[in-house]
Amino acid sequence: MFIPDDFLSRAILAGIGFALIAGPLGCFVVWQRMAYLGEAMAHSALLGVALALALDINLLAGVFCICLLFALILARVGDAAILSRDSTLGILSHSALSIGLVLVSIMYWIRVDILHFLFGNIIAVNWQDIVIIFIGGSCVLGIIIWKWNALIGLTVDEQIAAAEGLKPFQTRNLLLILLAATIAIAMKIVGIILTVALLIIPAATARQMSNTPEQMAVFAALFGSASVIGGLMLSLEIDSPPGPSIVVVSLTIFLLALILHQIKSRRSQPFR
Amino acid sequence: MNDSSLARMQSVGVWRNERWLVKNINLAVHRGEIVSLIGPNGSGKTTITKVLANSIKPDTGTVERANNLRIGYVPQRIFIDSTLPMTVRRLMKIPQQIDDREIDLVLGKLSMQHLCDSPIQTLSGGEFQRALFARALLRKPDLLILDEPSQGLDFHGEAKLYEQIAEARDSLNCGILLVCHDLHVVMAQTDTVVCINVHVCCTGTPEHVKTNEAYLNLFGQAAVAKSHALYAHTHDHSHQLDGSISDS
Repeated sequence: MFIPDDFLSRAILAGIGFALIAGPLGCFVVWQRMAYLGEAMAHSALLGVALALALDINLLAGVFCICLLFALILARVGDAAILSRDSTLGILSHSALSIGLVLVSIMYWIRVDILHFLFGNIIAVNWQDIVIIFIGGSCVLGIIIWKWNALIGLTVDEQIAAAEGLKPFQTRNLLLILLAATIAIAMKIVGIILTVALLIIPAATARQMSNTPEQMAVFAALFGSASVIGGLMLSLEIDSPPGPSIVVVSLTIFLLALILHQIKSRRSQPFR
Repeated sequence: MNDSSLARMQSVGVWRNERWLVKNINLAVHRGEIVSLIGPNGSGKTTITKVLANSIKPDTGTVERANNLRIGYVPQRIFIDSTLPMTVRRLMKIPQQIDDREIDLVLGKLSMQHLCDSPIQTLSGGEFQRALFARALLRKPDLLILDEPSQGLDFHGEAKLYEQIAEARDSLNCGILLVCHDLHVVMAQTDTVVCINVHVCCTGTPEHVKTNEAYLNLFGQAAVAKSHALYAHTHDHSHQLDGSISDS
């Protein structure tokens, strides 16, 4: 059932636009164990918000630039640091979030509701946002498809990719650029705190029924879209915040798939 | 390049963590040539393959490769996350599309056809290594770089693998750099043996097992005698345990 309600159809369109890129990109986040890096990038988005507000530039552009800068630094610093990679990411991730919060709060002349950045405000997206999401999303998706072989080669093994002329260094940077763009888009939809959930959960759901990376990417996009629609319905029904509702629905689909997968693999065992 | 070499490294050195992993290495692989790389643990064999495979840049020296050189590379070990859904057949199609019949043919030759649709995460270490070898062959490489491809195989498995490597050299007419795990026994078809311990200790040609009666008795098998050869080192120096050169 599709309700031709204006704010709801806008929300669904925006959400699906995001889910379609979050699915394939989320697969790479899962395959390459970049969840914590994604988390740190998402948290740095608030710094981007502060910067954009201070300089009076486009919010998405500010967030994209800061996320990307942060990712490029993180991807290099990680190995050389005195701490383990996850500790380094942990420090930077939460520091970025905190610095962003402090900066936004001291800019007393700007009145913004910080919660909208933290948890998204998908109900309030306007047509301009949707156009940006779909143009940005098409670019991201186009690049993923165009560079698919190089991205998969990088995922399988960086050394082999280098030997076979796939330029893994450039490909990894490209992946970070795509991730930064996706996070910038996600801020409106589910917010900074829940972005990584919508990257990872649909991909993890898709893993259980996929035999090839291509299948997994497509299924992840579908599960993400279903989560957006389901989450918005749930939020209307029980009057819950939409961002977290989308994540809850996404988790429910994941758990259902997990149980079904377990039952199926039990059945196919020859000896019980 | 003006000679027939596919790849040539000159005075290559790699400096990592305050020490030379390899130093002053000169090495070339020509078309149709099998070069066996031997040396003790930590002597820099893998580093040399990585430099040749373009996966690390040397700190000193130069690496020249023939124009449009197509490299097939099988690293010592790779780690693929279990969340990546990938069958053996799909792995063969990275990074370019390859005809299914061709895949069946190569997997059949390596007795792996029954694993074609298995997820790669279910393969044993040796099977996975063979799958990577098959993938490298399917690229029809000019230069094949194999880093200890026989690890985890017994003597006969190794003999079988060496046969397949020799066959690949003959059918593809490629150059092969092969890292061996034994210091004294190398693949029989080896043209050049390079023994390294950070630097090149000695180079030479192997002595065939079949001409050495003591070893023939020891190995017992004609098949092994055909696939393996001995290498007599001619070092003009010796190494201490820390790798430094001692005057003798």
